[in-house]
Order: sequence, then C-alpha cells, then structure tokens
Amino acid sequence: MKKNFTRAQKMVVVGGILCFVLVIDIIQLWLITATMNSYLGGDSGVPLPAFIVSIICFVLNLGLLKFLYQLDRPL
Amino acid sequence: MVDQDRNYSSKTPDDKPAPEQPQWRQDFPIDVPQENYVSRREFTKFLVLISGAFVFGQGWITWENWRRGRRGAPPMTKIASLDTLPVGGSLVFYYPSANEPCLLVRPDEKTLLAYSQKCTHLSCAVIPEVDKNRFYCPCHHGLFAMDDGRVLAGPPPRPLPKITLQINGNDIYATGVELRTTT
Repeated sequence: MKKNFTRAQKMVVVGGILCFVLVIDIIQLWLITATMNSYLGGDSGVPLPAFIVSIICFVLNLGLLKFLYQLDRPL
Repeated sequence: MVDQDRNYSSKTPDDKPAPEQPQWRQDFPIDVPQENYVSRREFTKFLVLISGAFVFGQGWITWENWRRGRRGAPPMTKIASLDTLPVGGSLVFYYPSANEPCLLVRPDEKTLLAYSQKCTHLSCAVIPEVDKNRFYCPCHHGLFAMDDGRVLAGPPPRPLPKITLQINGNDIYATGVELRTTT
C-alpha cells in the first residue's frame, strides 16, 4: 500500500538513503583502490571479481535512487 | 492573502511569524526544511553518479588486465655487456618498451640486478645508491632495498618491479618483468 509521507518523514527517509548510498560509495572507493594496487602489482585474479562486486553496489544504489524518485511522485 | 500564502508555504529557521522576519526574508522567503530536503536528495543523486563512475573505473581496470594477459611475455632483449658495467656501477636501459626506463646495477663482481626505474608511488625516477645498497626516490624520499626492491621507507605502496636477467657470455639480456605487490 502506497502512502503519502509528510515532509518530516520524507526528510528522515532521504537522510537514511543518503547514508546507505554514502556507505556503498565508500566501499566502492576502497574496492577500486585495492583493485588498482593489485593490478599494478601484477595480480590478474582480482579485477574481474571486484568489477562484479562494484556493479552489484551500483545496482543497489540505483534501487535506492528509484525509491527516492518514488518518494516525490504524487499518488 | 499573500502573507498567508507565505506563512503556509515557507518555514523560517527561527519559526517566528512573517511580520517579525527581516525585510529581505519577507521579500524572498526561503523554505529552509524544503531546501534541506532538496539539497540532500540532489546530493544522493550525485553520489549515485559517482557510484557509476567507480563501476566505469573498475571496468577499465578489468579491460586493461585482460589486454595485459593477452599481450604475453615481453621479448628477450640485449641490454648491455658485462664490460661496459663496472663493479659498483649502474646504467639505464629501456624495457620492455621505450617508455619504460629501468636500472641495471652491479653491486659486486658476481651480482647483477635490474629493476624498473619508476617509483611505485608516483612514477618518479629512482636513483641508485650502490654504496648504501638502496634506491632513493627524491620526489617523496622513498627508499627501496637494492637486494630485492622492497620498500624500506617512504610512501611507495609496492616494491620496484624486478627485471629478470640472463647472461650469455659477455652479454646481458632482459627476459621479463616481475610485478609484485609484496616481496
């Protein structure tokens, strides 16, 4: 059941989504740094799994973004 | 009527009624909670864009990694003669391409060592200090051991890439590049 949130509730929801997205971005930042280090160090087994994990993180972020758009859509 | 609309649609930081607000705020009312909501929402969208950029970067690394795997081992190349390199001396050569400067050092009569000259921190050229048995990077004072290229001090995150050597008679050949994350 869809419900219209009050402005205060929306603020809390957006704050929560922002925190989640920020944490996922930090994970991705760490991942790309570690991947670059291993690539430059000649380890060829790391980049592909790291790429897949990064895609999963991005998809999670897109899901959260979709929720954010739904929040502002009128019923 | 206009003032009523303003009161309804805008919320001031101090929650005082509109007539008590300064004139500039009455003329240009700002709905502060709504502004905060919009700015957080827009920042979240920007973070998702950054997330996409990270995926692009990861994809690029994966692509480069795949290309490197297909390239195979570099060819065996003659880099110097034993006669031209005295004990305690060093020389610069380029391997596997003309854009990759490397260092060949001869710390004693029977030992030959070769490493990439690019510091693993920011690619500055390292300087051999044979008497101190180390390589020195002048940019950020990084130090590498001459024996195995490991990091002794400074910001470099990885050891120097090692160039594998082969000696045929009087000639010294480079046969490959050994990239390492640790020694």
